[in-house]
Amino acid sequence: MSDSSERKIRCLVAKVGLDGHDRGAHVIARAFRDAGFEVIYSGLHQAPEDIVQAAVQEDVDVVGISILSGAHNTLVPKVIEGLEEYGAFEDTLLIVGGIIPDEDRPELEDAGVDAIFGPGTPMEETIQFIRKNVPER
Amino acid sequence: MEPPELVSALLDGKHRALARAITKIENRSEGYRDIVAALHEHTGHADVIGITGSPGAGKSTLVDKLAAEYRDRGLTVGVIAVDPSSPFSGGAVLGDRIRMGSNVGDMDVFFRSMSARGTLGGLSTATSDAVKALDAFGKDKILIETVGAGQNEVDVVKTADTVAVLVPPSSGDDVQMLKAGILEIGDVFVVNKADLAGSDKTVQELRGMLEMRDRADGDWEPDIVETVANTGEGVDDLLSVFDAHADWLDDTGKRDDIERKRYAEEIRTLLRNDAGALVEAEIERRGGMDEFVDAVVARETDPYTIADDVLEPFRDAVRHND
Repeated sequence: MSDSSERKIRCLVAKVGLDGHDRGAHVIARAFRDAGFEVIYSGLHQAPEDIVQAAVQEDVDVVGISILSGAHNTLVPKVIEGLEEYGAFEDTLLIVGGIIPDEDRPELEDAGVDAIFGPGTPMEETIQFIRKNVPER
Repeated sequence: MEPPELVSALLDGKHRALARAITKIENRSEGYRDIVAALHEHTGHADVIGITGSPGAGKSTLVDKLAAEYRDRGLTVGVIAVDPSSPFSGGAVLGDRIRMGSNVGDMDVFFRSMSARGTLGGLSTATSDAVKALDAFGKDKILIETVGAGQNEVDVVKTADTVAVLVPPSSGDDVQMLKAGILEIGDVFVVNKADLAGSDKTVQELRGMLEMRDRADGDWEPDIVETVANTGEGVDDLLSVFDAHADWLDDTGKRDDIERKRYAEEIRTLLRNDAGALVEAEIERRGGMDEFVDAVVARETDPYTIADDVLEPFRDAVRHND
């Protein structure tokens, strides 16, 4: 029927900063697709403001940032600030993947990261987390 | 945001509202019809350009360069890039954004990826409604990039004022192109990757085929432009052709004809869908399709009788209105 709602979960899979490894981001993107999500992949070497632009324009439910470079403490807060500027932070699920040392986790979570998934996290766990926590809109 | 607020925020130039309106349109969320209806009076100002062609022809890269060139000229741009979705999971990886390197960080290029969501190859109603949102937002130029799956690309014509068909060099035998039926929809043919071998031959072949196509006096004469999207070569020429085509549409009054046809088609589609939904509801009310099928299988009745029967109340209503 023409009026039945067909909501799809939309995710931005983003590589931010200088690290050039996106094997993990690709694997995640495919897993999300196979879970029925619509995935927008940012490409490598994006600046935080590029991520914000993509997140706002694509109106994604989830922003997943993959960082392996160690620059998460500077880059992630910048993404959050940008999302706030456009009023997009409140109802966007923000998750971070990659190499995040344990001692850095509390700070990122305080800043507004909803979850951090380190190496070895089963794909299904991330997908379930998103399904359960995707913001009501 | 509720629909009325969303519409006023969109008209106010809020990017987030535009993005959310498109989401509602795409999801067919409650209230999307009110949104599109409210936007209509603000539309009709943008030039809508469709970019189509086979996968790998360079559509995304060309769209990126076109958008950047329009920005240099002080114009604002909306882009809708349609990508295929998986028929199995319904999911999609929408990758066109990666090629938008010339416009990252520029909010005045509003780039939106859409998945085809089952409408194979074609542009869904949602796409043309999303174009309206960009138009009402005040974008000067709207570029629609299609899936590139071939046959159903013809749909792009219904939404775009000007259609560019990308043809990679040496893209093979003539028959293949005729079969695709894309020759009829192009206002301009772009031989992209013109730095590759075989480009001249492709231009010649195209020219030959375009000469053979039926056309009446006063029809637009399709142009052929060579580009190298990577370097931006030929993009200027292509924009000149777009402008020339837009002028031609205005001068000949074709733009009005097209617009009238487009709205007639849109109204018909809506009516068909809505009437179909009414009929579905009536079928449910009468106990569902299975019961009808059972009766038909048992030879108690037949499909025509059922159709007549189900439609009887609708027919009555129409008669009463006479």
